[in-house]
Amino acid sequence: MSEKIIEIKSIAKKFGLFEAVKDVSFHVNQGDVYGFLGPNGAGKSTTIRCMLSLIKPDSGTIKIFGKSIFTDRNEILSRTGSIIEKPDFYKYLSAYKNLEIFSRLSRVSVGKKEIYKMLDFVGLGSREQDKFSSFSHGMKQRLGIAQTLLHNPDLIVLDEPTTGLDPQGIIDIRNLILRLKNEQHKTVILSSHNLAEIEIICNRMVIINKGVSVVEGDVKALMNNEDLVVRLEVSDTNKSKALIMSQYPNIQITDINETSIELPMEKSKISELNKDLVQAGIGIFSIEAKRKLEDYFIKMVNA
Amino acid sequence: MIFIKSIYNEVIKIALKPRSYLGIAAITVLVGVILFALKSDGMSIISFVTSSFEQTLSFEGNVLNGNLVAFIILQMLIVQIPLLIALVTGDLVSGEAAMGTIRMLLTQPISRTQLLLSKFIAGGIYTLIVIVWLGFMSVIMGKLLFGSGDLMVLNSDGLVILQEADVNWRYLGGFLVAFLALFTVSSLSICLSCFTDNSIGPIVTTMSIILLFTIIGTLDVHVFDSVRPFLLTTHMASWRSLFEDPLPIQDIKNSILILVIHNVLLISISIYVFNKKDITA
Repeated sequence: MSEKIIEIKSIAKKFGLFEAVKDVSFHVNQGDVYGFLGPNGAGKSTTIRCMLSLIKPDSGTIKIFGKSIFTDRNEILSRTGSIIEKPDFYKYLSAYKNLEIFSRLSRVSVGKKEIYKMLDFVGLGSREQDKFSSFSHGMKQRLGIAQTLLHNPDLIVLDEPTTGLDPQGIIDIRNLILRLKNEQHKTVILSSHNLAEIEIICNRMVIINKGVSVVEGDVKALMNNEDLVVRLEVSDTNKSKALIMSQYPNIQITDINETSIELPMEKSKISELNKDLVQAGIGIFSIEAKRKLEDYFIKMVNA
Repeated sequence: MIFIKSIYNEVIKIALKPRSYLGIAAITVLVGVILFALKSDGMSIISFVTSSFEQTLSFEGNVLNGNLVAFIILQMLIVQIPLLIALVTGDLVSGEAAMGTIRMLLTQPISRTQLLLSKFIAGGIYTLIVIVWLGFMSVIMGKLLFGSGDLMVLNSDGLVILQEADVNWRYLGGFLVAFLALFTVSSLSICLSCFTDNSIGPIVTTMSIILLFTIIGTLDVHVFDSVRPFLLTTHMASWRSLFEDPLPIQDIKNSILILVIHNVLLISISIYVFNKKDITA
């Protein structure tokens, strides 16, 4: 069994009367690329800020590398690299100077050579003397990742790293994270409100909604679940419902509109249902199957 | 070691921020204007002061010398310097919050207390540079342009004449006391900076406080008598005590003590607030 790098238990945080985080618990194993998924305002950033000691939670425990963030903050942060929301650097300084400033606060020795190497790694090798204020959003994000990696941390926390990037920028950041995982075997926490992004990059994940961690587990197990939500567009919804109810008495069917209904169903039974409906003379215009988690997440985001 | 590096970082940040040079440039321009005015028509200003003593005293030699010029410059500018200091130190914390760099800084393996103290020290170094520049522009440039001589100072008690050889150490002492007073202004603005994420607020508030205290200090109203001795602004003018004869040592010690207490309090409050602060920006 992999070593637990992060253990968060029942953290809660209120800002005045607003409960930003009510009850969040999860754990991250060594080598995980861990997805931190939730709609905007779910409490992801507050949880991450608590993990990195930017915000003090009202209750709960946070252990990283087996140590409490409240008592061993500096030791934990010396092994952690992070981007919170967006990388903000000193606008009046160059990319190189910005990295130099942050490298001085690291507990490992970072020289000019390492800074230039890191700027090359993120594709900013030719822009090292340009001021941060002249950078595009994608370049700022890449400089943020360079800063995050500069002291060779064991744990990397990236809070919404692809927000605001163009499609190529998103692909670049994803590839960079995959390189960190595959080539450098780093543990990465990736916060996102994009389920597809988490599915592509992460091996484990937690879903947070309204300040509560609702689902946690292996991404493949959660996403490849055979339980689907099937949406049928048919010629006669009443006849279809009656037929389905006769075969699956306990099933819950939802009316979507005059021609569409939705019902939970196992993947293997969809073709059988299709056959039964056709044999009953019901016209089928479309069958759309969504995974339950995806459907749940979409409903959560839209709520 | 990381603390020293953090101080170095903060000094570098101040040094590379264009705003930091405003203070230096302002002093250069203001002193330049005063030097020009005194060089052009200084004797008529001096005559205006000395005329009231001319029935009992006769003035010989170079009255309008570098020492007097430096004293006039200090007297005129020491009120404006707090603004120049607050312009830079007032956003040392809140400016980081406004820019978002506070998140990056506070996720580095340095304690919040060390980070904040490094900002206070960097603010102190900047204040020292401003004071040294003011000293250079007033004393050195004054002596270069007007020559040296005895210093004639008009106090509330009357006219004090200080021998030329007796002046330099008084300037050194005066600048040290002025530095302590301005460092207190720096501490005040950094302290206010810990309460907000807005970079302009602490600068304006610092100046408002100084203005308010100055008004309280100058209003001849008995209700403020008990407060006045403890106000920062009361002791901002203490550098002048160094030019009295005999030297009011007890008053100077008292001012230094009160300014030190101000600094200890302001730094302690800042550390408490900064350590408690949730970084939501």
